[in-house]
Amino acid sequence: MSMTKSQLIEILSARHSQLAPKDAELAVKTMLDAMAHALAKGDRIEIRGFGSFGLNYRPPRTGRNPKTGEKVQVPKKYVPHFKAGKELRERVDLAAANGAPILDTGNDVDDED
Amino acid sequence: MTLTKAELADLMFEKVGLNKREAKDMVESFFEEIRMALEKGDSVKLSGFGNFQLRNKPQRPGRNPKTGEEIPITARRVVTFHASQKLKSLVEQSFDGNQSNA
Repeated sequence: MSMTKSQLIEILSARHSQLAPKDAELAVKTMLDAMAHALAKGDRIEIRGFGSFGLNYRPPRTGRNPKTGEKVQVPKKYVPHFKAGKELRERVDLAAANGAPILDTGNDVDDED
Repeated sequence: MTLTKAELADLMFEKVGLNKREAKDMVESFFEEIRMALEKGDSVKLSGFGNFQLRNKPQRPGRNPKTGEEIPITARRVVTFHASQKLKSLVEQSFDGNQSNA
């Protein structure tokens, strides 16, 4: 099993029953949007107990077009990076130590929008 | 600038119209629900942002960097994050390495 954004919205909506369902949806979208835009500006995100997001530098390199074998210049770039915080690390690892299996590796088809 | 739970709670107040207590609770439970799913062994897929996945890592040999003493790194489960193509493109197109002052 994996939890999707719409399932997360449903759970939060049920947990915050005093709010209109639309509010949970707007809340989740607003948070993810703010996080994406912080990274786009080069800012870090630090969520205590959850983890931190930042950017990692990838230097320019000469790559090859796998089809033609032709050399191509790949410019420098920055890629998003996440490091789990202490509480998340410990809780996940404790669950593993107690024998909880991984129910879903998340390695199936990527549902991008 | 660093984005933290405090700024996210401010946004819940300004953009969603939650009161200050609701705003703080919403931010807290957003991250808590993700932690709970991962704790249960589920991956979390936030389309347009990225996926949080779990990996079991076997024990491997390690070393105390100070003393050089060999000590095994125990088997563990770790959380990995894979940014979505959308987030990767957004970062690539808008950040050129100059730290923002915003």
